[in-house]
Amino acid sequence: MKRFAALYLALDASNRSSRKLAALADYFADAEPADAAWALWLLCGERLRHPVPTRVLKLAAMRVSGIDEVLFADCYEAVGDLAETIALLLPDGGADDGLSLAAWIEQRIQALRGLDPDAQVQALAALWRCVDRGDAFVLNKLLTGGLRVGVSRGLALRGLAQATGLAAEVLAARLAGGWRPGVEAWQTLVSPAPSRPTGAQPYPFRLAHPLEQPPEALGAAGDWLLDWKWDGIRGQLLRRESAHLWSRGDESLDAGFPDLIDAALALPPGTVLDGEVLVADGDGVAPFSALQRRLGRKTPGKALLASHPAIFLAFDLLEHGGDDWRERPLWQRREALEALLAAPDGGLARIRPTPTVSAADWDAAVDQRQAARQLRAEGLMLKRRESVYGSGRPRGDWWKWKLDPYTVDAVLVYAQAGHGRRAGLFSDYTFAVWHDGQLLPFAKAYSGLTDAEMREVDRFVRRNTLETFGPVRSVRPELVFEVGFEGIVESNRHKAGLAVRFPRMLRWRQDKSAADADTLDALRCLLG
Amino acid sequence: MNARTHTPPLIRLDAQGLYCTAGDFWIDPWRPVPRAVVTHAHADHLRQGHGQYTVARPGLGLARARLPDDASVTGLDYGEALQINGVRVSLHPAGHVLGSAQVRVEHRGEVWVVSGDYKLAADATCAPFEPLRCHTFISECTFGLPVYRWPEPSVIGARINTLWREAAAEGVPLLVGAYALGKAQRILSLIDPTIGPIGLHGAVDALTTVYRESGVTLPATLPVAGQARGHDWAGALIIAPPSALNGTWARRFGAAPRVVASGWMTVRGARRRRGVDAGVVLSDHADWDGLLTAIDATGAQQVLLTHGHTAPLVRVLQQRGIDAGTLRTEFAGEDGSDAEAEADASP
Ligand SMILES: [Zn+2]
Ligand SMILES: [Zn+2]
Repeated sequence: MKRFAALYLALDASNRSSRKLAALADYFADAEPADAAWALWLLCGERLRHPVPTRVLKLAAMRVSGIDEVLFADCYEAVGDLAETIALLLPDGGADDGLSLAAWIEQRIQALRGLDPDAQVQALAALWRCVDRGDAFVLNKLLTGGLRVGVSRGLALRGLAQATGLAAEVLAARLAGGWRPGVEAWQTLVSPAPSRPTGAQPYPFRLAHPLEQPPEALGAAGDWLLDWKWDGIRGQLLRRESAHLWSRGDESLDAGFPDLIDAALALPPGTVLDGEVLVADGDGVAPFSALQRRLGRKTPGKALLASHPAIFLAFDLLEHGGDDWRERPLWQRREALEALLAAPDGGLARIRPTPTVSAADWDAAVDQRQAARQLRAEGLMLKRRESVYGSGRPRGDWWKWKLDPYTVDAVLVYAQAGHGRRAGLFSDYTFAVWHDGQLLPFAKAYSGLTDAEMREVDRFVRRNTLETFGPVRSVRPELVFEVGFEGIVESNRHKAGLAVRFPRMLRWRQDKSAADADTLDALRCLLG
Repeated sequence: MNARTHTPPLIRLDAQGLYCTAGDFWIDPWRPVPRAVVTHAHADHLRQGHGQYTVARPGLGLARARLPDDASVTGLDYGEALQINGVRVSLHPAGHVLGSAQVRVEHRGEVWVVSGDYKLAADATCAPFEPLRCHTFISECTFGLPVYRWPEPSVIGARINTLWREAAAEGVPLLVGAYALGKAQRILSLIDPTIGPIGLHGAVDALTTVYRESGVTLPATLPVAGQARGHDWAGALIIAPPSALNGTWARRFGAAPRVVASGWMTVRGARRRRGVDAGVVLSDHADWDGLLTAIDATGAQQVLLTHGHTAPLVRVLQQRGIDAGTLRTEFAGEDGSDAEAEADASP
């Protein structure tokens, strides 16, 4: 635990990626496999699912430090972070007892779950005596769930790559598909044998970046392949021995989309497609809310499958005939994709190549982009014809050119009761984006939700209130919304350093968790 | 309720500051008055424009350095009594900075003590805090929450030494942001001067000279301004006011690591807002335990708090049966004070 806490504090203390990278590499170079596995899993943004309720954690902290609820609330307000507040309030004299990170998690933290609240309070008091104050902060971070230490998954993998001598992409591929920490899993992960995804493992997704300049800056329009930026969820459809569907967050969608899994079985084994999962509306696509009904069900019933049929609009071919095609140029992958999906097999109707958009020059592309809304698309994707799929996050060859450039995925952090039609409902919200591991509020917005959604959020707010400040409640940061706005300017009056104009909620991203929300840097990029 | 409601309090707040009615003088006034008793030389306590100043003798040099030449300043030994209009006034060490004093005021058997700023922790650059019995204690409350608890000063010294050695090993200086009066000299007294040379920002250098002239022994230092432009500061410790760390002045040190020394650095968010490489928890104010210990030691029935967010401490004192309240003074750090406030304005 001590070593992991030291790593965490080193990562937390430095603003420099070079230092963070060195700290990560140092740690992974000689950590025990069981510890390293947990450390990596946590650094990649995973978290232990609520080992103890926040209420119990607070209660235990108040007992141990001998302060009452009001004083605790004062402290929490001054510090702004529950894990840190508790660590600062713990009595002196806690000392590290030498237990490893894996043992801490597996024998101590996870063991809290089964206990009743009184026993949890006692157990926590005992755990806090086994760490010093700095380490208590890291322990509390594990107990409250989120590690959030300003390390991206990519940086964590680079650190591991440096320590093991394996390429970060190889590691990323091996980690994909619901990797769970364990000694064996770790040994497989860092084993030297070259490998690429097999079985149910997807490839690392290639990401596109928002286009922040006029498309003319990209050179000749003819060098680019254009297709629609759909308003669905990104997915990788695998057909190897069996069929699998993965979301970009490495979440399995197999159970939720049996219709797509069935359809994929008609593909030749040794095929992996990248594309967008959507719900069909005749020949076109249904609005995102229709897809949300499917996402809301772990296993959809017959009626829903019939009323909301899923389709997969493929835009890339990563594995073909059992071979890795990611290093081939896009135009080749695209040709092969169309040939593959044009096979005269009715079963493939659900899996289609996404239509390409033809534009002789950028002016024509601008016109096409305007048509996106009618097709329920968000804009255009621009991809260089010669680009490889690669792995990791190269910048420059893939751009998303959205119709409304000003949207971000933000986390609901405060709620306030509304007026008029919305009176009595928590319908006015404050949204935050990530910055240095913390959520920074940047916009307030209301409206944009259906009444049913608003009632649902209202219920969430009532059940997940962290603190009450007069009419305002701070809530557990879990819900993510796409927030749109008309403009953005620098501002000293806001903690985030910028202000947005006419912010409004475009939709509730039930498919995203708080960790997926955008960063302040992403928002700053829009400043132009 | 207060049983003394029919007699005016010995010290009350007026537009000028803390006013002693019977003695007709002010303590740390913020508007010009004929007669001021001043606890210490920090800008929010020692202001220009008063007719006559009384300060503790060890702080004479600092007070003179911060006031115009023609100001009338008198030094009073710690513990020595002065009669002002029949009121007995004496100054006692507050342990805050060189020459810092608590003001003890006695009139017809009633004793009030105004703490000024104080700390209980050891400090080689000034006399240690002296607990005083009194009926009413006017206490500062800059760090009035239990999350503020200071590490031992020796631990902080060792931490700065470690950061300094690390920087030296990388061939760069270490920049430490610390308030120029008190904090900077305390750091000089805590670090290991054999690690490398020590450079001082002009503001720090001037006050360090006054400290030395007042008889405080400190390690040898160089004024940064006195060195040639291309001077090689690799491996040096540079002490400057926190506000200078990110300004043009500090550009000459390139990408050297920057550290701020302040009580606010307890909280991670404050460290992040400062945008520094590390925070060192070092304060010349009392921490939570220090405030409670000092207040307990006075035996005071009434405690009035100044500086900072006082409500939590007021409540805790009231729970202990003490008649506690807040005085709305104009000492800095008054409203929602934060890293910037302490580091730059209210040390
Ligand atoms: Zn002061
Ligand atoms: Zn002060």
